[in-house]
Amino acid sequence: MNIHEYQAKELLKAYGVPVPPGEVAYSGKAARRVAEDIGGNRWVVKAQVHAGGRGKAGGVRLVNSIDEIRNIADGMIGHRLVTAQTGTEGQLIQRVLIERATKIEREIYLGLVIDRVSQRIVVIASGEGGVDIEQVAEEHPEKIHKEIVDPATGLLDFQCRKLAMAIGLQHRMSPFVKIVNRFYRLFRDKDALQGEINPLVVTEEGDVIALDCKLTFDDNSLFRQGEVAELRDFDEEDPKEVEATGHDLNYIALDGDVGCIVNGAGLAMGTMDAIAHHGGRPANFLDVGGGASPEKIANAFRIVLKDPNVKAILVNIFAGINRCDWIATGVVQASHDQEIDVPVIVRLAGTNVEEGRQILDESQMALIQADDLDDAARKAVEAAGTAPVRVVDDPTADPATEQEGART
Amino acid sequence: MSVFVDRTSKVIIQGFTGQHATFHAQEAMDHGTQVVGGVTPGKGGGTHLGLPVFNSVAEAVRETGASVSGVFVPPQVAVDSLLEAIEAGIEIAVIIADGVPVQDMVRTKRYLTGRNTTIIGPNSPGIITPGECKVGIMPSHIYSKGRVGVVSRSGTLNYEAVSQMTARGLGQSSCVGIGGDPVNGTDFKTVLEAFENDDETDIVVMIGEIGGQQEVEAAAWAAQYMAKPLVCFVAGVSAPRGRRMGHAGAVISGDSDTAQAKLDAIEALGHHTVRNPAEIGSTVERAISESGIGLAGAARSGA
Repeated sequence: MNIHEYQAKELLKAYGVPVPPGEVAYSGKAARRVAEDIGGNRWVVKAQVHAGGRGKAGGVRLVNSIDEIRNIADGMIGHRLVTAQTGTEGQLIQRVLIERATKIEREIYLGLVIDRVSQRIVVIASGEGGVDIEQVAEEHPEKIHKEIVDPATGLLDFQCRKLAMAIGLQHRMSPFVKIVNRFYRLFRDKDALQGEINPLVVTEEGDVIALDCKLTFDDNSLFRQGEVAELRDFDEEDPKEVEATGHDLNYIALDGDVGCIVNGAGLAMGTMDAIAHHGGRPANFLDVGGGASPEKIANAFRIVLKDPNVKAILVNIFAGINRCDWIATGVVQASHDQEIDVPVIVRLAGTNVEEGRQILDESQMALIQADDLDDAARKAVEAAGTAPVRVVDDPTADPATEQEGART
Repeated sequence: MSVFVDRTSKVIIQGFTGQHATFHAQEAMDHGTQVVGGVTPGKGGGTHLGLPVFNSVAEAVRETGASVSGVFVPPQVAVDSLLEAIEAGIEIAVIIADGVPVQDMVRTKRYLTGRNTTIIGPNSPGIITPGECKVGIMPSHIYSKGRVGVVSRSGTLNYEAVSQMTARGLGQSSCVGIGGDPVNGTDFKTVLEAFENDDETDIVVMIGEIGGQQEVEAAAWAAQYMAKPLVCFVAGVSAPRGRRMGHAGAVISGDSDTAQAKLDAIEALGHHTVRNPAEIGSTVERAISESGIGLAGAARSGA
C-alpha cells in the first residue's frame, strides 16, 4: 500500500525527522492561505499523486510570488497529471502540498528496503540524491552504500556514522545519524516494505531535512496498523482492482484482450505466459485464491468483463484446496447473473474435476472446454483473435446499474 | 530416502482443531502420513481425529517424539507458532499461511540463527514425498512416486508441473513448495542441495517466478556443485514491471528481476529452461533422455 508524499511527511514529522514547513490544500484558495501561514517568499506547489516522475511532468512548481500560488494550485487540482509512471491517461490531482522553498546545498539519497538476499532490513545511502537511484546503482555502483540491520539489535549508531562518512557528510554527522535512526524506527514500527527520502538535503543554513518521501507498507500488516490503513487513497488505484480486493480477488489490469480467471498467483502468471507463448496478450492477472466459492467466480467474471478490451475469457483452475464443482457452479451462476458476450474457454483439473465437467456439460452454456494448459491457451488466443470488438459501460458508472446487467 | 520428509517422519499439526487443519490432517493421513497428534492451546488433553491434542508444541514433541510440524494457523499469528516450534526443537516446520507480515519473517529468520529448524514457507503448498508423507494442502492424487525432485515458489504451478509429469509417467521423489513471499524459511539453493544429496532423486525441476535473484543464484550454485540435471521454469514473462503479481515476492523491481532475464541467465549457466509452462513435463522427459539417467527409464514412476 502506497501513501501520498504529504502523508509520509506527517509520519516523518511525528518521528522527529525534519521536513520543510508546509501543508496540504484542496483548492487554490486554501493553497494561498497555507502559503501565508507558513510565510517566506518562495514556495513549492507539489501535486499529490502516488505516481513518481512528477517533477518532469510539471507536477512540482516553484513559485516566487504569493499571488501566483492560487492560480498554479488551481491549474493542478482537478486536472490529470501524466508522468512516466501513470500511463497515458494520467492521474487526477485532488490536492497539492504547499511548502516553503528550501535553499539546497547538497542532495543525498536515503532508502530502506527489505533485502531479499540478506532477508533483513537494509539502509541504503548515496551522495547522489535527487535522481533515480536505480540509475545510480547501474552507472556508479560504488556510490551506493548499504548497512544491513540485525533485527535483534536494530540499527546501530555506528552503522549510521559509517554511512555518513561514506557519503562525505562528516560535518553533519549528528543530525544525519538521528534522521537515519528515526526513519528506520518509523519503517520498523509501521511495517513498511520500502521507504525513501529522496532527496534528503543539507540546506544553505546547514540543516538536514527531508524534501521528498515515499513509503510503501505491507498489506499483510494492515490488520495491526490501523493508522496506516486509514491513509489509503482508493482514488489512486484502478477501480476494478479496488472492487476485486473487496471481493477477496487479486486482480491486475493489463493491456491485452484475453481475460484470465485463474486460481493461484503462480498459475495465473503461468497462464498469462502460455497465452503470450501462443501469440496472444493477457488482459489481466486474476487470482481467485484458495476456497473460491461460486459467488467469487461470478464476481471475477463481472470484473473481467468490465474491461472493454476483453474478447475472450480463459478460466484455468487447478484445484488443490479449491473444488472444480464449485468453480463450475460459479461459471454457470455468472452466466445467469450477466450476459457473457465473449467466448469462454474452461480448463479444469484437480479436486472434483469430473463433477465440475458434468456441471458445465449440463449447463448447456456455449463453453469451449480445454484438456490442458496448452490447449486452453491456444483456444483462448484463437477465440480472441476472431471475436468482434465489444462496447462496455464506463467502468466508473454506478455499480448498482451494472449489477442489473446494463452492459450494452 | 527423499528430502525433508518420508514414511518415518512423525508429524504434528499446529492449529490442529481448525477447519482447514482438520481437513488437511485427514488428507495427509489418508496419504499415509504418520500424523501423531496436534496442538491447539487450551484444548490440550482431548483428542481430535482419534489423536491426542496438546497445549504446546513442547508437550507434543515430548509425548509423541514428533520432528515435523504442519503449521496451520492464520498469518497474523504465524510468527508466534513458528517460534514455538523452533523453541520446541521441531526439525521441519511447514507454514502454509498466505499473508504473513514480511517483517515477522525477518525476525523469525534472525531467531533461527544457531538453531536447527528448517522452515518451509510461508505462503507454501507444503511438502510431499508421494506415497509416504504429505505436510501441506496439495491434492495428493496428482502426485506419483518416482525420481524427479520438484521445488517451486508457487503451489498451483507445482500442481501444473507435477500433473504434466505424472501424465508422462514421470513420478516424483519429493515436491517442495518454498512459498511466494520475499522473505521465506528455505530458499531454492537449500532444496537443490538436499535433492543433490538424495539417493532417490535423479533430476530436479525448479519453478520460480519474477522478483529477486533466488533462481539465478540457485542455478549458479547448481552449475558448480550439482551433478544432477536441472530443469527451470520462471513464471511471469508477460508480467508488467513494478506490480506485485499476487505473491508478495512476485514483483519486478529491476531489469535482472524479469522472467526473461532470469531464464536467460539460467540457460547461460547450462541448465534446461522451459519458456512455455505447458512444456514442463516434456522438457523433463527430454532432459532425462539426453542425460541418459538410468536404464530403460529408471526415473519413471515405480508406483
